[in-house]
Amino acid sequence: MVSAVFHSPLEPLVAPAAAQQVAAAAPADTSTPSQRDKEKASTPFDWRGAWMAFLPPLLGLGLLVGIWEMVSVGTARSIPSPLETWKQALVLFSDPFYSKGPNDQGVGWNVLSSLQRVAFGFGMAALVGIPVGFMIGRFEFLSRMFNPLISLMRPVSPLAWLPIGLLVFKGANPAAIWTIFICSIWPMIINTAVGVQRVPQDYMNVARVLNLSEWKIVTKILFPAVLPYMLTGVRLAVGTAWLVIVAAEMLTGGVGIGFWVWDEWNNLNVKNIIIAIFVIGIVGLVLEFALIKLATAFTFEEVKS
Amino acid sequence: MSSLTTKYIEIQGVEQTFKTKKGPFCALQNINLTVAKGEFVALIGHSGCGKSTLLNLIAGLTTPTQGTLLCANREISGPGPERAVVFQNHSLLPWLTCFENVYLAVERVFAAKENKAQLKARTDAALAMVGLTAAAQKRPGEISGGMKQRVGIARALCMEPKVLLLDEPFGALDALTRAKLQDELLQIVATTQSTVVMVTHDVDEAVLLSDRIVMMTNGPSATIGEVLSVALPRPRDRVALAESSEYLHYRKAVIDFLYTRQGHVEKAA
Repeated sequence: MVSAVFHSPLEPLVAPAAAQQVAAAAPADTSTPSQRDKEKASTPFDWRGAWMAFLPPLLGLGLLVGIWEMVSVGTARSIPSPLETWKQALVLFSDPFYSKGPNDQGVGWNVLSSLQRVAFGFGMAALVGIPVGFMIGRFEFLSRMFNPLISLMRPVSPLAWLPIGLLVFKGANPAAIWTIFICSIWPMIINTAVGVQRVPQDYMNVARVLNLSEWKIVTKILFPAVLPYMLTGVRLAVGTAWLVIVAAEMLTGGVGIGFWVWDEWNNLNVKNIIIAIFVIGIVGLVLEFALIKLATAFTFEEVKS
Repeated sequence: MSSLTTKYIEIQGVEQTFKTKKGPFCALQNINLTVAKGEFVALIGHSGCGKSTLLNLIAGLTTPTQGTLLCANREISGPGPERAVVFQNHSLLPWLTCFENVYLAVERVFAAKENKAQLKARTDAALAMVGLTAAAQKRPGEISGGMKQRVGIARALCMEPKVLLLDEPFGALDALTRAKLQDELLQIVATTQSTVVMVTHDVDEAVLLSDRIVMMTNGPSATIGEVLSVALPRPRDRVALAESSEYLHYRKAVIDFLYTRQGHVEKAA
């Protein structure tokens, strides 16, 4: 998409490196050699592509800030303005890792303790859920046996399990981890089981014709074939876990981003609540993005379709 | 010739019935066939006539409802590396490179007797036989359909099978690639002296490649309609054969069977 319409004499000064790449990549079939030399000299820049990449998202963010400002004015600043919140955020993030006792810690510590709970709860869910998913997928008997249980348990809000966790584990922190475990395990089991059930019969026929050992079947065929499904399960599980941890921490207290939100509400510090919302959003986004990258790295041609 | 060489694969009174929701479905009935050692047999018929079902039975992937299948005087009770299969859709494992796909088979058959270097050499030799030495480290997603099918053939040949079973191996390829691979297959089979059973729906392919063509009637309850011996001398050259009256005679015989006597597929089904 190299267009001559957007030529500008300033371009070579603005982005010489990027423009050179564009010029090298463009085949420019129709132009004569002299024209091509000219183009190389004036190095066209893909303005339209750059606009489409940056302008719409910027406008979207601008819209958010605009509405926020209007709401702030409309509520007579009981909702703080974007600018005030930004200033507060700068203060907060200048020292994210301070610790003044259990109820007053930096935002960094809060996020890290929430992530730690998610990691523990999710890790245990993966340890249990993936093997269970494999078994359910491999044996129809087990599939029929566990399907009613999973169908019954899955729609239950994980927070409903929190009291049971408090009762059994007699502590807020293990109870929160237990909640994460419960909400993460269903997507792990279901996706792994579906993945195993959908391993193409062709691959299994190859295994049978080659007479592969059970170990080779698992390592060379089943596991790689199921991996993309499993990673989808991981992504769904981590997404849900990050949603649930905020609510769970509001109820259990301690150090954590969810508790921090609730604490700031008790302090009537709305600026920090808004900052917390952004932090939760950004961390969720990063988790999701990382897991999508991981999934695409392990997805192969045939399995994709 | 001893009876073992004339009756290397023996199919006796085989019947295959599948259970479906609408009740039992009889796919094959009263199949009797013997294949000699080193013979190239093509199974031809309209789609749905049970050619692949019969091939799966020889491969041991399924067991017959009735009758017995013997290979070298032993009953076929399951799949095994002495009867290698080349699948229609190549069935390569997409997460392994071409080398690893072939190595998986080599390892299975020869790992007990040979060391790693020998196994590697066997894999390289199999890939070289199908002309894919350069693509050994590529994944199936990075090579063309014809190359994938060649890897499938290399994977089957590397096991040094007694019987090579081909299930429409060139069905998904374009005509030019298909012709090239058919010629390669002819050469390879001439070198290895393998016994081959090949399912096809391509009349020219059947006449060009095989010693005998087994023509099957339409399903359900398909059976062997006619067996045609192709007495064309080998090595066969497709360009020379295109004008040979013998070749045209065999071709006509198969077409006659398929379209005149077994042509009413829709009515029968």
